[in-house]
Amino acid sequence: MLAAEGRHGPVIHAANDTAIAAGAARGARVVDIRALCPELLVAPADLAGDAAALTRLTLWSRRWCPWSASDGSDGMVLDTTGSAHLWGGEAAMLADMHTRFATLGQTARLACAPTHGAAWALARHGAPDTICTPDTLPDTLAPLPIAALRLDGETRLVLHRLGLKRIGDLMAIPRATLARRFGQDGKHLATPLRRLDQALGHLPEPVVSPPPPQRYRHVKRLAEPVMDPQPWLPDAMAALCADLTREGQGARHLRLDLFRVDGHASRFDARTARPSRDPAHLLRLLQKHFETLDAGFGFDTITVEAARVEPLSEAQMRLNREADSAVALATLVDRLSARMGAASVQSPAPRESHIPERAETWAPAIAKTGRADLLAPGGLGGGGLVAPPRERPIRLLQNPERIDVLYAVPEGPPIRFKWRRKPYSIARHQGPERIAPEWWRERATARLRDYYKVEVEGGGRYWLFREGLAGDGRGGPPDWFLHGLFP
Amino acid sequence: MSDHALPPFTEAFSQTRDGSGTGLVLAQLDQSARRAGPILWVQDRLAAREGGLPYGPGIRALIGDHRPILRVAARDGAEALWAMEEGLECKALSAVIGEVWGNPKALDFTATKRLGLRARRHRVPLWLLRQDGAVDLSIAPDRWRVTPLASGINTLDPRAPGRARWGAELFRSRRHAPGEWVAEHDRAAHCVDLAAPLRDGAVGTGRSQSPHTTPRAVGGGGPIRRL
Repeated sequence: MLAAEGRHGPVIHAANDTAIAAGAARGARVVDIRALCPELLVAPADLAGDAAALTRLTLWSRRWCPWSASDGSDGMVLDTTGSAHLWGGEAAMLADMHTRFATLGQTARLACAPTHGAAWALARHGAPDTICTPDTLPDTLAPLPIAALRLDGETRLVLHRLGLKRIGDLMAIPRATLARRFGQDGKHLATPLRRLDQALGHLPEPVVSPPPPQRYRHVKRLAEPVMDPQPWLPDAMAALCADLTREGQGARHLRLDLFRVDGHASRFDARTARPSRDPAHLLRLLQKHFETLDAGFGFDTITVEAARVEPLSEAQMRLNREADSAVALATLVDRLSARMGAASVQSPAPRESHIPERAETWAPAIAKTGRADLLAPGGLGGGGLVAPPRERPIRLLQNPERIDVLYAVPEGPPIRFKWRRKPYSIARHQGPERIAPEWWRERATARLRDYYKVEVEGGGRYWLFREGLAGDGRGGPPDWFLHGLFP
Repeated sequence: MSDHALPPFTEAFSQTRDGSGTGLVLAQLDQSARRAGPILWVQDRLAAREGGLPYGPGIRALIGDHRPILRVAARDGAEALWAMEEGLECKALSAVIGEVWGNPKALDFTATKRLGLRARRHRVPLWLLRQDGAVDLSIAPDRWRVTPLASGINTLDPRAPGRARWGAELFRSRRHAPGEWVAEHDRAAHCVDLAAPLRDGAVGTGRSQSPHTTPRAVGGGGPIRRL
């Protein structure tokens, strides 16, 4: 059951069959239904998300006809005039819609009628999959309840009190009487007479179809297949970038499709660290793919598309004709990522952790949209509790490496140890710095670490740690590891 | 040939077994915000596996926290060289550190010449950190060999290691006479102190007691101070 905020606490927005059987009804207060049925599961309704999903579904449903609009919060209206025969008639089209909606996981109630009002009424109050023609329209509508006329609650109540329960009852009343009682038009848009006329087709009711979202796509069809598409790309890219400039957008994700004459299509993607509409830069990101391109018998269609766009305002060049340093950096990140893979170009990703290897890891730089401050001069901002500075190595091994202890003493680090098959003797040491495991995320047997900064004879400063204590009951005798290198 | 005509290109040879080479390179980058912008740190796969990854908290403590690091994980030497060349074209970077393990085939005299030309054209300093590499032909005007030395005295705890010291040998240079020094990073003055190595006595008796050589003016823009 989904709940929305009502005037006096949450009310039921939608419920499944089980909940309806238990007594839940739309518009009822959640507390009342809870009293009836304590085991009711309530989740908050996402009204904005529903509206967005309905808009997407409306655009998707243009597969059946070019003219569609969302109708209320739970309906869609499709103007299939002249397109139903493409699907083999209206019955076949409704069957196809059922199948496709079922594939999406949606159940749909469908009806086909000559007017918007009649289709609305039949879909909600008629028999499933009703198809009505202009001849059968009055007969089909007559047995439907008054609620099928899209009237407001007050008018419905008045009609109910007058004993008019069916549309047929309303049709039998003279028009002049209805007009005198409820008004004809003017400020009362939803008068019974007007709605009746709309449903029967005496008054026009056009469907306003929202335009599809702008798609930044440029298709280049070539007269002859070419083996190397590169000479045609600058034109296509310039056209795409002109589109982007006009709309004040920049591409974050660029897609190039190359269609071969034998029907094979190759798709290449390039992502950028910040929105861009510089044709030369975007072309350069795609350059890598042309080195290993299999042209077959040649390409005859080239498509460039900005698959994801973000607003990008006009940038002003500096007086010395140089681009902004943030743009220059993003350009560098894009180029490196396009060539070497996004995972190879990394920027630090600090986390709130006191385990050294978790405190700062390396994350792909291109994915960092919200953390541009990390690459800006000034670096990480402060804020919150700042731990006292501890001495940390400048290099951290990817994994702590186990060292062989040659000569140990009860306290402090071993006097002699062997690392990577070479023996070392410790001359000086500092420590320990005890770092406890993060008990809230690690398993219970995780052991603490005692870190020492040691200097071996002949120079060389290392960061050693002993994992665990002798007799902490979490495994055998503690092991020694080398974790980092000091300058 | 004037100093300006030489590319800002320095090569440092060191071992992956210690952090001395990295330490000296980072210490020389510490120029107290003379150039703002991130550092591009290109590592090939073997260098990352043998010597580990740069660790931000330690580096920020060494050179101040005004320059973040952009790390590039290259598969091999050739890819690392390509990434370095791309980075040298971006003037928003404060420096490029290229870390290459051993002597990859792609890193020959021609490759260093290409790097030098780009570094000179865009004036982006390039530090080529050669880990476990043998000395071969290179265009770099300054070539260092770095070894770790016993650290200075820790005034708070005599048993603890103190300020890091490195044995820095400038074995080839087109700017100065080659020489050998004990290098130490002066964190407060944002520069590297070079002192003549001690001929006798234990290393680590403190800077104030080390024999002073005649101070010489050092050009090249590097933050090097000789004692």
